[in-house]
Parts: sequence; C-alpha cells; structure tokens
Amino acid sequence: MKFEVFVTLKNGVLDPQGKAVENALGNIGLSSIKNVRQGKYFTIEVDEHNEEKAKTLVKSSCEKLLANETIENFKFNKIQ
Amino acid sequence: MKANVIVFPGSNCDRDIKVALEKFQLKTKMIWHQDKEMPKSDLVVLPGGFSYGDYLRCGCMASKSNIMCEVIKHANKGGFIIGTCNGFQILTETGLLPGVLLRNKKLKFICKYVNLLVENNSTPFTSKYKKNQKIKIPIAHNEGNYFAGEKTLDELEQNDQIVLKYCDENSIVNNESNPNGSCLNIAGIVNKKKNIIGMMPHPERCVESILGGTDGSGIFQSLIN
Repeated sequence: MKFEVFVTLKNGVLDPQGKAVENALGNIGLSSIKNVRQGKYFTIEVDEHNEEKAKTLVKSSCEKLLANETIENFKFNKIQ
Repeated sequence: MKANVIVFPGSNCDRDIKVALEKFQLKTKMIWHQDKEMPKSDLVVLPGGFSYGDYLRCGCMASKSNIMCEVIKHANKGGFIIGTCNGFQILTETGLLPGVLLRNKKLKFICKYVNLLVENNSTPFTSKYKKNQKIKIPIAHNEGNYFAGEKTLDELEQNDQIVLKYCDENSIVNNESNPNGSCLNIAGIVNKKKNIIGMMPHPERCVESILGGTDGSGIFQSLIN
C-alpha cells in the first residue's frame, strides 16, 4: 500500500523560506501571488494488506519522525 | 569528574569540546552514536556540527540513534547534559528540552561573537557567572531561531529556565540584539530539573585568550565546582 504524506508549518510559525520564495515570484512578475508557505512531501510504501493497520503505521511515522508537532501539522492519503 | 562526548556522523565540534573539557580536568571519552552502551559519567555532551547532514530537521536523525536511549537514561537519573548548537537541536528533537530551533529569520548562516545576558546563574552550568552578567561567546549556525508556543514560553519564564539571552553591548535585550529571530531572544535554556542545558553559542570556542576570549570558561568552571 502506498501513501502520500504532507508536512506543513502550523499557522503563526515563521516561514522565512516561504517568504523568500514569495518575493522571488513577485520579482518574476507573478505579483498577485501571496502567502507562500513551504512544506514537505513524502511517499511511503507499507508492507501491510490491512488498510487500518497501514494507516496506524503511517500516522505513527508522522508523529514519531516525519513531523515535529511543536511547529508542524501532517496529513496523509492512500494513493495505491 | 568524567564526561562522555557523543560523536555523530557530521559532528564537527566534538574534538574542540574534548579539548575544552580536558583543560578543566574532566576525563573525557568519545562515544560513537551507534553504541548501545555508554560508560558511566557525570556529564554527557552533545556537540555542535551537522549530524546526519541536517536531514529532515536539524538534530532529528541524531535524536533517534542508538546511543540516545542511554543519554535519556542518564538524563532521567539526574546526570548533567550539555548540548551546544547542533547538540541543542538534538535535545529539543529528543524532547529533553522544550521548543524547536528554526531557520534563522534572515536565512543567513551567522558566525560571530555575540553578547549574552546571564539570566539565571543558579544552575550547575552558570553558577560561576553573576546574575545579569554580560558575556561574549561566538555563535555559528543557520538554524538557531528558538521557537516555542506561548504556553511553553510562559512556563520557561515562570520556572526560571531561560539561562542566556542575546543582548547588546549595554546588556539591552531587544530586537536589534537578536541575531536570529529567537522568541524572547533566547540563546540557552535548561530543563525543569536544571540538569540539562541547551545553548546555541559555543563555549568551547572561547576558553583560551589566544582564540579571542575566555568567557566560555564559566560554563565548565561552574560544572566542576
């Protein structure tokens, strides 16, 4: 089973990289773009046929390693 | 007094801190991150550097390595731990200290001497300094922007856990004297039990006047006191 995982900064956490990307987009003329926030995208394969068990494993991976919940949120979807 | 310095792939201040510890007569052993056992010691040091190339988040990979189980046991028994720079990042990722170190506000690697205000001198790491003493210690980091939620910041203040703050020449703590955007100008904190310190400045880089300063000595002198 394959999952995609999105890790994004929580609202209110400063994202200087997102801000720099936003400024660069402005510099190349795409000036109506605003509030760019940068995050992380993972794909994960789980060797498990039971979907609920697989989801529990992915959630655990997010909580224990992929995201730092002090500053980040995560969400995931089954893609295969 | 005995010290263990943990060496991760990518640590680059491990030997510097060994030299500093030995200057203050701490018997120091270097411990590889994959070891599952750690010799008994009074102090464990998580050194500066770029453990695991800062993959995923700074300090994250190191916080999951074998030796960290032993480091956590040492912490729970009340043993002393110092984490400098990347070591501070590892401590927050392990959960031994609250908060997280984000990318510097202005996106630049900063390598320079900074002024620090000793906010709390009643910890085992800062007793040789005077309260509100201004000291000069270098920083060298890209991710030193300390961040924590409001509740955590309130707790840090209430429990006197903020040890070092960035300040200016006149000991003023404000936005101008904040090099990296840290909440409350935080440069170093301790845990509630005050046996663990995490700090972005590098005290091991200023224990010899020939290297530009000796203000870092107080950290080691306090420990051996």
